[in-house]
Amino acid sequence: MKTLVWVEHEGGAIKDATLSAITAASKLGEVHLLVAGEGIGAVADAAAKIAGVGKVHVADGAAYGHALPENVAPLIVDLMGHHDAFLAPATANGKNIAPRVAALLDVMQISEILSVESEDSFTRPTYAGNAIATVQSSDAKKIITVRGTAFEKAAREGGSGTIEAVSGAGDAGLSSFVGAEISKSERPELTSAKIIVSGGRALQNSENFHSVIEPLADKLGAGVGASRAAVDAGYVPNDYQVGQTGKIVAPEVYIAVGISGAIQHLAGMKDSKTIIAINKDEDAPIFQVADIGLVADLFKAVPELTEKL
Amino acid sequence: MKVLVPVKRVIDYNVKPRVKMDGTGVDLANVKMSMNPFDEIAVEEAIRLKEKGVATEIIAVSIGEQKAQETLRTALAMGADRAILIVSETEVEPLGVAKLLAKIVEEEAPGLVILGKQAIDDDSNQTGQMLAALTGRPQGTFASKVEVEGDTVKVTREVDGGLETVSLKTPAIVTTDLRLNEPRYASLPNIMKAKSKPLVQKTPADYGVDVTPRLKTLKVSEPPKRSAGIKVADVDELVAKLKAMGVAA
Ligand SMILES: Cc1cc2nc3c(=O)[nH]c(=O)nc-3n(C[C@H](O)[C@H](O)[C@H](O)COP(=O)(O)OP(=O)(O)OC[C@H]3O[C@@H](n4cnc5c(N)ncnc54)[C@H](O)[C@@H]3O)c2cc1C
Ligand SMILES: Nc1ncnc2c1ncn2[C@@H]1O[C@H](COP(=O)(O)O)[C@@H](O)[C@H]1O
Repeated sequence: MKTLVWVEHEGGAIKDATLSAITAASKLGEVHLLVAGEGIGAVADAAAKIAGVGKVHVADGAAYGHALPENVAPLIVDLMGHHDAFLAPATANGKNIAPRVAALLDVMQISEILSVESEDSFTRPTYAGNAIATVQSSDAKKIITVRGTAFEKAAREGGSGTIEAVSGAGDAGLSSFVGAEISKSERPELTSAKIIVSGGRALQNSENFHSVIEPLADKLGAGVGASRAAVDAGYVPNDYQVGQTGKIVAPEVYIAVGISGAIQHLAGMKDSKTIIAINKDEDAPIFQVADIGLVADLFKAVPELTEKL
Repeated sequence: MKVLVPVKRVIDYNVKPRVKMDGTGVDLANVKMSMNPFDEIAVEEAIRLKEKGVATEIIAVSIGEQKAQETLRTALAMGADRAILIVSETEVEPLGVAKLLAKIVEEEAPGLVILGKQAIDDDSNQTGQMLAALTGRPQGTFASKVEVEGDTVKVTREVDGGLETVSLKTPAIVTTDLRLNEPRYASLPNIMKAKSKPLVQKTPADYGVDVTPRLKTLKVSEPPKRSAGIKVADVDELVAKLKAMGVAA
């Protein structure tokens, strides 16, 4: 089987989630990549070095600069003439592009797979991860998005893929990129952080969130996450949200501070290796999944913890 | 312009889903069902566009069992003008739903279709993007802000690193994220009024769409269970645990 993986990159670097998608693809067959973007020679070179990669198709042009699905999907549809499966990381961009490709090919997409069971069957989470379905696809071609935390990352070095330029139709003339407000942070990115400290509604406001959660995260070299309630209330930006509809994380250690543990939040973090919860309510549902729980007022406990570490 | 809002009847978000003992699916017998939360946000957005004079008519559509009528009545009570129910007693996959919606788009020619980004039962996150593909329209997914300006719509999107804004030519497809708005509750008089708003019933066959599933569910199982661990008495004990784990020096 020949697979095609869409490579997500930013600032010239290939994102980790793509490396997980490549591992998933390698379980199906030969791995080819598509790198699309503007001025992406270096990304293409880096892609060709990823272990196990065969051909790297490169579409370089202004129309592909911001991963607009209206422009990128047709490129993929063309390449699917000689591939049997398409895989994209289940990131915001991957989720935006893959279903558009699937519908153009008249295929039912298999979303956020957790495992490859055979050439045509896969497991995937449904109902906020409370039910894991094993599904078998009868479509001739498979269109798949891959949950990053469920697959090891392919090695960035060791491959010797060949680079091939593809020319697509360019700008479909339907959409254009206006701008972006991307959060800048020195801290590790949530989806690849080894330790995450997350804060919930209990933090009460943005000042508290910064003065209580961040020093602990800095002490541990941790990434910072949040519950939906904390994001909705404006304590932190949207990209901090962990959960069914936010980011899916599985760090070595996840520290939930003042988070009750709603199923939608658990869906995003319950595959963490060790879960630590600090909550003043001993009956909070978060304690049902926590390996280590501390029943305490966070405003006392967290500064004390930060100091004693 | 007309706005089309697809709404799905799903398990209520407050209910903890239970996998059936025989591994065939999730037990929905006697479980509270509601409108998919993202679709409530979609209906609300459509109503706000009508209140601003941008939208002229709001059409709600659902594909599902007869009981999905209730979901459509909720949309009508919130402020939709009329509704279409496409009855299917068996589950229709996102691809089938998108094909049916594409037929309605052809008939009704809405300037915007606003869907939820994801149904909280199948967690597919694909119907809107598929509909955009099938109708050849641009898509603004995971929207946290929607601004119609002449024949374009500016959509601010929640992406992994923060926010991104795209400009789409209308007609266009939008899918909602959580922070787009806060949906209103339907008032009692509006619930009463909704009972007499038009709701037509169709079948997939009326649209000539084959909705045979492409995915076969072989098995549904519970995720590996996490069991509750220990409770520590105080911060000192927590520090000791963290040190033992090698997390802190
Ligand atoms: C469609 C949909 C999607 C959703 N997606 C997500 C998602 O992706 N991620 C997500 O997180 N949520 C999501 N939610 C929301 C979710 O249902 C919960 O509302 C949310 O997770 C609650 O956030 P919280 O735990 O911070 O707040 P709360 O539930 O209010 O919990 C606050 C906790 O803090 C504790 N507390 C208060 N004061 C203190 C103190 N001084 N010290 C210590 N503890 C204290 C309380 O005991 C309580 O347990 C979604 C909801 C819907 C409907
Ligand atoms: N059966 C359905 N009836 C009406 N709308 C639907 C249906 N299935 C999906 N949708 C719409 O598509 C969105 C995304 O669903 P999904 O792709 O299944 O995650 C939902 O939020 C709805 O707006």
